[in-house]
Amino acid sequence: MTQQQLTQEAHERRRVLMERSRPGRTGAALPASDVPQQLMPDASLLRNDLELPEVTEGEVVRYFTHLSQLNFSVDTNFYPLGSCTMKYNPRVNEAMAALPGFATAHPQQPERQMQGSLELIHRLQGYLTEVTGLAAVSLTPLAGAHGELAGVLTIRAALEARGQGQRRKMLIPDTAHGTNPASAAMAGFDVVSVPSDANGNISIDALRAEADDGLAGVMFTQPTTLGLFDRNAIEMCRIVHDAGGLVYGDGANMNALLGRVKLGDLGFDVVHMNLHKTFSTPHGGGGPGSGPICVTDELAPYLPGPVVVKRDGGAGNEYASEMPERTIGRMGGYQGNFGVLVRAFTYITLLGGEGMLNISANAVLNANYLLARLRPLFELPFDRLVMHEVVFSAKKRQGASALDVSKRLLDLGFHAPTMYFPLVVAEALMIEPTETESKETLDAFIETLEQIDAEAAADGDFLHGAPYNTPVSRLDEARAARQPQLRWRG
Amino acid sequence: MAESPFASPYIPNTDDDRRAMLAAVGAASIEELFEDIPAQFRHPELRLPAPLSEMELRAEMTRLAEANFSAGNHPSFLGAGVYNHFCPAVVGPLVTRGEFLTSYTPYQPEVSQGTLQGTYEFQTLTAQLFGMEVSNAGMYDGASSLAEAGLMACRVTKRARIAIVDTVNPHYADAVRAYARPQAIEVYEIAESETELQAETACVIAQYPNFFGYVEDLQRLSGMAHAAGALFCLSCDPTAMAMLKPPGAYGADIATGEGQALGVPMSFGGPYVGIFTCRQEYVRQMPGRIVGRTVDTQGRTGYVLTLQPREQHIRRENATSNICTSTALIGLWAAIYTALMGKRGLRQVAELCYQKAHYAAARIAEIPGYGLPKSGTFFQEFVVTCPKPPTVINVALEADGIIAGLDVSDAIPNGMLVCVTEVNTKEQIDNLVAALERAGQS
Repeated sequence: MTQQQLTQEAHERRRVLMERSRPGRTGAALPASDVPQQLMPDASLLRNDLELPEVTEGEVVRYFTHLSQLNFSVDTNFYPLGSCTMKYNPRVNEAMAALPGFATAHPQQPERQMQGSLELIHRLQGYLTEVTGLAAVSLTPLAGAHGELAGVLTIRAALEARGQGQRRKMLIPDTAHGTNPASAAMAGFDVVSVPSDANGNISIDALRAEADDGLAGVMFTQPTTLGLFDRNAIEMCRIVHDAGGLVYGDGANMNALLGRVKLGDLGFDVVHMNLHKTFSTPHGGGGPGSGPICVTDELAPYLPGPVVVKRDGGAGNEYASEMPERTIGRMGGYQGNFGVLVRAFTYITLLGGEGMLNISANAVLNANYLLARLRPLFELPFDRLVMHEVVFSAKKRQGASALDVSKRLLDLGFHAPTMYFPLVVAEALMIEPTETESKETLDAFIETLEQIDAEAAADGDFLHGAPYNTPVSRLDEARAARQPQLRWRG
Repeated sequence: MAESPFASPYIPNTDDDRRAMLAAVGAASIEELFEDIPAQFRHPELRLPAPLSEMELRAEMTRLAEANFSAGNHPSFLGAGVYNHFCPAVVGPLVTRGEFLTSYTPYQPEVSQGTLQGTYEFQTLTAQLFGMEVSNAGMYDGASSLAEAGLMACRVTKRARIAIVDTVNPHYADAVRAYARPQAIEVYEIAESETELQAETACVIAQYPNFFGYVEDLQRLSGMAHAAGALFCLSCDPTAMAMLKPPGAYGADIATGEGQALGVPMSFGGPYVGIFTCRQEYVRQMPGRIVGRTVDTQGRTGYVLTLQPREQHIRRENATSNICTSTALIGLWAAIYTALMGKRGLRQVAELCYQKAHYAAARIAEIPGYGLPKSGTFFQEFVVTCPKPPTVINVALEADGIIAGLDVSDAIPNGMLVCVTEVNTKEQIDNLVAALERAGQS
């Protein structure tokens, strides 16, 4: 086939559903009604304009299968996207979440009918408080940022209960994920950015300068988004507590810490975890996630509900769901993303305490191995041992930006690192290998980066055109924003 | 080098690998890599159970799953926002293809066209189903979607007061309050019949059909909102929208919904997907991810995340929302379900729900001691008053192997909210009627 024919074929295969629709086709056969005909509502209440596709099941299968093949994924490619913990997602997780007793359970059934689900939630609550070293937990937040919002609302409620409702200043390091300041703002706090010091730790001097009676607290990621265990964190907790504030821990990078340290022991008052990172539930192209929050005894009464408690009582009726005494309320409709909870519970149950240590050991070893081997290629803004990930600055000497390196990696079968984040590192490339990648894969990735470096040296412009081998080349994002086409229109 | 205690099926490094890698790092042991953690906090006792094999795990998980009394093997008449609908067998295997399941948010569009185009389909189908101009890529669930609609209405109108009709799902109303309170937005309840809004009201929030299953006078509510310069926000059941006039036809400015009804497993409350649609003119105030169509350097069609300056990773504390990881995969599920059902099938599902629910309501109304306290048009749910407290009736129905409707006696004395969908057969409905009759007498 000619190039033009190939392009045409690719175009055909990507026609959207409404363009494939033909009157009279259907993708599902439904039964006839088996009840006597009932009077329909008044015609003024009905619609006659429903435009949905008319396609067969086979066509839907071929179309979506083709679409899937346009994706990179953990199942198909090394996906070293920093701060996202793209580890292998065991398939048994999926099988367990699909067990009919779980998948067909309605969230509003009486507790006595749902003892299996409630027991699972109760046990998972126990595992997560154990991992974080905190007293209480709510599994209801539906993603990481949702957990952040729930966590800072809990802080706000606790401050109000102390008669300290005037405290509105939330300190956030300049390395933090964008969700931290956004969550703090949604919770009604005033965000103050705190710089990092020369070693990549939070600046204690800057922190002290803000530690006054307006201080509500700090939102802090440990390990930081620089991949570092922040050695100032303990001092930070002491300063914030002495000033009357509370410490929020963003547990997005918990993978490195499993069994190595408990954030509660360091003085954190609230910690959220991303079950879709640390505990292997799949990311799904952007969710679903789950962002449980663990808190100290003082904050427990304010947790979002419901939470599951174990009561003394007859067998088969031990587990009950209740709203904490002074709850901040509901963050969503029900018990959180239960299907995600089942997957995380499955993973923890399979690996146990020993497995947790094994995860952090190999995740941290893999990251440090990449650091050691890639050091000749890139600048390393903070030259020290890292935890789960390493952040390099793409070298400018070859004229290749972080974007160019990332796009060329796609050509060569590797997903790109997180790029241009954290903001404190120019041309940042944030690489998180996770524990589920082999040394062979890491070595191939290193060799590929060396090849890209050589390509950049040989031809300054070559990388600007990358990627060359992906289903589409660089996309016109400015046009997408200027003339938004957000849906098909006939 | 002591650490290789446990053979995980998910970790490839061998002892030899670890030795070679430590040598490259210049560390003597894995322990050394953790030396930034102060010694007194390092390696606390971790009290978690011992590992289980997959065989042992399955036995344990099966025990837990079977301890539930679920709709999988019991006829259910419980809805109240989460609905037991038929879903074709083909949806699950497509959605759980590893390329969809194990990819991240599509930050690198050149290798994420599958996720992006799938999301574009979701945006198209939900916008068409709701008769609205634009949709985003989905929110966490119906409750948080409605809560974000309230916040968005306040941004659009620059007002800080939300009127919520008292027939909105109480869990949703709780979520609206939980999101509004920290931003000093006041939420007040109004009756469906209310004719006056408080000054500076940003929006009127109603539910369609309402929590009790009935269709309210939306034209009037919409008119009242707009006359006061407020937006009209509707939380809608997507199944009903295949049959009833969609929110766009009532002048809704923002229409949200629980996407679970589009064939997504009930799964004890999640994961679901929140539908979020609005007028085109407000798109830059929308929360969440949005996928747009564009072209690549060679003029080929492709899709990208767009209008990102609204979002937290760019705007930080000035973003329209903090939402990051959402529920893309469930959106894909809903999109594939909707495509399969299609124009005729989804309407057929809606009409089956309507027909069966009305048959059930008529039969239940004939049982001595039972009644239908509300009048008006309902879709697939309706309130029944029972001769005894619904908690008592529930226990009796459970003994007959039936999952009863929701106890709403806090709103309606001895009220039970009964839901009937296309999966309920006439025989199941007749059995429900007989069981209710027995439960009412005994």
